[in-house]
Amino acid sequence: MKTFRMGGVHPAANKLSAGVAIRPADIPEVVAIPMAQNLGAPSKPVVAKGDKVKVGTVIAEPGGFLSSYIHSSVSGTVDKIDSVPDATGKKVPAVFIKVEGDEWEESIDRSATVERQLKITDPKELVDRIFKSGIVGMGGATFPTQVKLAPPPGMKCEVVIINAVECEPYLTSDHSLMLEHAEEILVGVTALMRAMQVERAIIGIEANKPDAIALMTEKASTFSGITIQPLKLKYPQGGEKQLIDACIGKQVPSGGLPIATGALVQNVGTAFAVYQAVQKNKPLFERIVTVTGKSLKQPSNFLARIGVPIANLIEAAGGLPEDTGKVISGGPMMGKAMPAVNSYMVKGCSGILIMPSAEAQRKEAQPCIRCAKCVDACPMGLSPLFISKYSQKHMWAEAEEERIYDCIECGSCSFTCPSHRPLLDWIRQGKGKVMGIMRQRAAEAKAKAEAEKAKAENK
Amino acid sequence: MVILISLLVLGVIGCLAAVILYFIAQKFKVDEDPRIDQVEEVLPGANCGGCGFPGCRGMAEACVKASSLDGLLCPVGGQDVMQKIAGILGMEAAASDPKIAVVRCNGTCDARPKTSTYDGPKSCAVAASAFAGETGCVFGCIGLGDCVEACQFDAIHINTETGLPEVDESKCVACGACAKACPKLVIELRKKGRLVKEQHRRLWVECVNKDKGGVARKACLNACIGCGKCQKVCKFDAITVENNLAYIDPEKCKACGMCFNECPTHAIHASFDVPKPRPKTETAEAPKAAAPAATAEAPKAEAPKVETVKAEAPKAEATKVETVKAEAPKAEAPKAETPAATAEAQTAEAQTAEKEVKVEPKTQE
Repeated sequence: MKTFRMGGVHPAANKLSAGVAIRPADIPEVVAIPMAQNLGAPSKPVVAKGDKVKVGTVIAEPGGFLSSYIHSSVSGTVDKIDSVPDATGKKVPAVFIKVEGDEWEESIDRSATVERQLKITDPKELVDRIFKSGIVGMGGATFPTQVKLAPPPGMKCEVVIINAVECEPYLTSDHSLMLEHAEEILVGVTALMRAMQVERAIIGIEANKPDAIALMTEKASTFSGITIQPLKLKYPQGGEKQLIDACIGKQVPSGGLPIATGALVQNVGTAFAVYQAVQKNKPLFERIVTVTGKSLKQPSNFLARIGVPIANLIEAAGGLPEDTGKVISGGPMMGKAMPAVNSYMVKGCSGILIMPSAEAQRKEAQPCIRCAKCVDACPMGLSPLFISKYSQKHMWAEAEEERIYDCIECGSCSFTCPSHRPLLDWIRQGKGKVMGIMRQRAAEAKAKAEAEKAKAENK
Repeated sequence: MVILISLLVLGVIGCLAAVILYFIAQKFKVDEDPRIDQVEEVLPGANCGGCGFPGCRGMAEACVKASSLDGLLCPVGGQDVMQKIAGILGMEAAASDPKIAVVRCNGTCDARPKTSTYDGPKSCAVAASAFAGETGCVFGCIGLGDCVEACQFDAIHINTETGLPEVDESKCVACGACAKACPKLVIELRKKGRLVKEQHRRLWVECVNKDKGGVARKACLNACIGCGKCQKVCKFDAITVENNLAYIDPEKCKACGMCFNECPTHAIHASFDVPKPRPKTETAEAPKAAAPAATAEAPKAEAPKVETVKAEAPKAEATKVETVKAEAPKAEAPKAETPAATAEAQTAEAQTAEKEVKVEPKTQE
């Protein structure tokens, strides 16, 4: 079985909610839809207080090139535009909507039948529909999909790779999606292939989901060009660069775009959202989210509307257990600990993990013993022990030389460290700083070149 | 014999090399302004970077190159050193006020309750990028001491009781390293202020919270709520309120202390003993009679807020009233302190008394 070649760790899977049927979460009386739901610029609200909206009505437009549309997830009246805390407690603007009934936009096809024949065949129109439907990367990075579907000039896409790895422990949202909507996903993949004008797609699934592999393989036999690639269990296989390596054996060059290998990676959740957008004209306003934890009564997979309070979801899964130590938005490896359970559902939220206090507490950091376990574990071939120290000591030039900017922040180094050193915390800090310096340098070089060019022209 | 020969050979080689090196050094000598060395000699040699140049040598070069000394200042050496440099270079030293770092947050452990616990690396920069903060206030001091680490002069330390950094006035040279290190931009360099009775007089708003008054107050008892009372009372137009936050312009502030006495949340910090407002003797004797008038004068926004706080934590409020009393005129202090300590119902009375004292200067003028 295939896997990526460098590094990786094996955290306990703990897929407590595997095989639990998806159930729709209740719609609350008021939803708050945050305006920063994608990587890049936040969206600009286009509704005002008192406006009536239906399910699927556009409530925000892209605020820049790297941005996306946001649609109402409920029907009702816009109550106010105020700020709400996001998963990390930082304030982001949000549109509050008072729920009245559940009336959908007429254009949305609400039937459950699977439409296999693509309704849009023109690649440009396909990308436009995806853009208008507000689709972002559903794996958690929330990169606006329409931007990814338009590779820079000179780069050619040869294969679409679908990320159905779900290598994060605990999370089962992609798994349950595949079990319940296999055919729809495959139609979505076909749409993505058409959008990129390629004939080949690979769906990478880790071996701990044999039922999903069997079902998807069976269904995929009726679709042309789609193959299912079972992958050996290893974290972080769901990383874009790692998945490309695992599926087609090519490595993304340092500092380069993944498309340089000819592969375009999309999450399986994104493929499903593309299906809904293209075949059912349904914008992205709900998603599957895993609410799980060892002491939680009822680990579940919910189909939750965007803007639903996270607290409601936890309540529906049996309520916050008494021994709660941390509530994490996302998985245990890359997720973020929430300072308070007062945020709202967003497009990128694939899971809510409740950690008991006994497990949640970090152990005290001990001195580095130079065992190089982190070097072995790093899937990008970096030396986490050095780059974390460099960024701690503000040695940015040295950190850049050690390619700190290549770090994918998977946390394998911190996970594997026998001294419990907070390696990633420091590396993330330094990575931001170094990339800022690099951007500034590039901008300065560009300005200088332009000035010289202008000077030459004047002569 | 062998030893002698080797000594001789080595000696000859040494002498030859010295002669060659001397001539090469003469030939390739870099002509440098000798004044750079002189200026560097005068500079303190702290290499703190507070002047904006890479070390004292960089500063010396900049001074020699510059046509005037305007805008060049060694914060460590201050005016004295700049005068000496001016003497060497034959220029006028620009007049400058000595500055000092001030901490613009008074979110002590008591005033700003924790809502979550952070267990990552002990670094403000890391914590600031990871989440909004351990308390309800997103803007304030994190208290993990990046400023302490940045300071080369041992002038800033975390007070373990308040959890906030404190600047040692005698050691701070205003190099600005702490201000740069702070991810929340809580530390500011301000004028040290004029010296009166061995105290430098400066006032600043000890809060950077831009939330609306109610939100800010809920997160921290000492927060600036942006009520604008200080702005109204300031005679020198030195205070601006923007984004629910007051800011005192150090250039305009005359350190009269009016705003300090006016601030309902004590968000304004004074580095000196602010003169107490003089209360009328009659009102001090009969606070009850004057109370209704005083409440009527106080802006509505403030009145309910104070009450809510009291309802939530009557005990905390009682202590608070006591501290307020300490500032109030001595003649009245014992009277107000008794009700605050005895019963809750009477705390309300103390409250009105407190408010009344505050409004006093207004009515007088």
